[in-house]
Amino acid sequence: MSAVVRLVVNGHPVEVPAGASVAAAVAQVTLRFRRSVDGAPRAPLCGMGVCFECRVQVDGVAHVRACMTPASEGMQVVADA
Amino acid sequence: MREHYDVLVVGAGPAGLAAAQAAASRGARVGLLDAQPRAGGQVWRHDVRLPAPRAARRAIDKLQGVEVLVRHSVVAAEPTALRVETPQDSRLLSFGALVLATGARELLLPFPGWTLPGVTGAGGLQALAKQGWPVAGKRVVIAGSGPLLLAAADTLRKHGAQVLGIFEQASADAVRSFAWQLRQWPARAWQAAGLRLRLAGVPYRFGSFVREAVGDDAVRGVEIETPRGVQHVECDLLAAGYGLVPNTELASLLGCALDDADTHPRVQVDSLLRTSVANVHAAGESCGIGGLAVARIEGAMAGLMAIGDTAAASAWMPQRDRERRFDALLARHFTLDPRLRTLADDQTPVCRCEDVRLGALAGFGDARAAKLATRCGMGACQGRICGAALAELGRFPRGAARPPVFPARLATLAGLATLPSDAYRGS
Ligand SMILES: Cc1cc2nc3c(=O)[nH]c(=O)nc-3n(C[C@H](O)[C@H](O)[C@H](O)COP(=O)(O)OP(=O)(O)OC[C@H]3O[C@@H](n4cnc5c(N)ncnc54)[C@H](O)[C@@H]3O)c2cc1C
Ligand code: FES
Repeated sequence: MSAVVRLVVNGHPVEVPAGASVAAAVAQVTLRFRRSVDGAPRAPLCGMGVCFECRVQVDGVAHVRACMTPASEGMQVVADA
Repeated sequence: MREHYDVLVVGAGPAGLAAAQAAASRGARVGLLDAQPRAGGQVWRHDVRLPAPRAARRAIDKLQGVEVLVRHSVVAAEPTALRVETPQDSRLLSFGALVLATGARELLLPFPGWTLPGVTGAGGLQALAKQGWPVAGKRVVIAGSGPLLLAAADTLRKHGAQVLGIFEQASADAVRSFAWQLRQWPARAWQAAGLRLRLAGVPYRFGSFVREAVGDDAVRGVEIETPRGVQHVECDLLAAGYGLVPNTELASLLGCALDDADTHPRVQVDSLLRTSVANVHAAGESCGIGGLAVARIEGAMAGLMAIGDTAAASAWMPQRDRERRFDALLARHFTLDPRLRTLADDQTPVCRCEDVRLGALAGFGDARAAKLATRCGMGACQGRICGAALAELGRFPRGAARPPVFPARLATLAGLATLPSDAYRGS
């Protein structure tokens, strides 16, 4: 396993340490993870899978909790989708 | 697919790891489940940049004869089986005995600006930093209550953050008295002293709390109420947590009796960690907030009970009782200032999933009526954040958990015996 993982967040190439979460990768690009029901920007709150504020789209799958998902090579992530 | 285990342990934190090891050491088939991608739970969460503490390495790497099932979320329960969802599929795992080691989460309270990106829990930002979240060079304000604020500050500094200050809501007298009483637990006292030494350059202020976070699309600063008036601090991140509350949703679904059910419920156990349901045991912070030492002891006890070795489990009782006395010390000294309950105004969203503002809840006396009328607590977190917050604010008692305990895919839900009509929404 290489020491870094390369993935794409909102079209930007990003590198994170192996074992990092998708949340860590998204944070390098934007703090707008999702939009609330009223349209306000939202970002991770709990860091441990309970608040669901970190939901993003990962490889075409919507509503994935970024803090619970390990970043993997070549992943395509869309935040604030 | 239905797989059978003699013992299933839910939660791979210190309690669950100890339970699984104890049960497996006598030859039982043991499955250790956790929704997280790695074992370790909260305190032993894997850090992408820093080495793990020795005790964590020993507990995780030396685990023998245990099937560790990570990224397995328990979403529902039947009397002798758990419905589990993985990123790929859903499975039904049946068990002879069950150990609930589901741990705790942070108590997060609403205040104006708490929904701004960059505002997190205190343990929350610590967890994110361990996952590789970029904090190096960031100006961080840490606020809230309890010893976790210091642990979070320490981790964040090791990751290169500039911690501007730790603002503890408890009074200086309360914190001093806590530190003095801590001498009854020498290991904890040493740990605390080490932390304070490492954080020597960081201001630690008492009787102080964040009134408001300000910013447009992210937090830019905070207004802090201190005994000497309001202070404005510019920052890049605010990490605010008000202590911990046990995760009891799964226990509640299994029908286990809970203590303090109206406020911050804990799983009710007897002196040998049996819940009110036969063959279901509970250990660690799901039974009350007491920290790492008690989690490890109770884990070992519950694992032994799960394989029927009551004698070996009983041998741990004096040590367990001694460690559990720490709970009361913690609760007494870090009691929340009533002013924290008045920070949110009518415009402050309390239910972050559905954007329900505090003002919209006026006139409702219970969570169920408010939920039906306003959708408060109906979103993806299923009331984990707003339910605990509203109970703390004295608004409504907590509602009971319903299946699934986490939002699940339709294919998973199709396997459930009973299903409320709104189960899928928000997942
Ligand atoms: C964010 C946070 C940070 C903390 N940091 C520290 C620290 O730095 N130092 C310290 O001394 N204490 C810390 N604590 C306190 C800590 O909780 C305890 O010291 C210790 O981790 C408790 O151990 P446990 O085994 O009871 O629970 P935990 O360690 O909380 O483990 C519970 C596990 O159960 C899993 N789980 C829960 N429900 C389900 C489900 N339905 N399906 C599958 N898995 C599930 C969770 O994913 C979790 O991994 C922290 C607490 C929190 C919430
Ligand atoms: S940050 Fe709360 S669920 Fe991911």
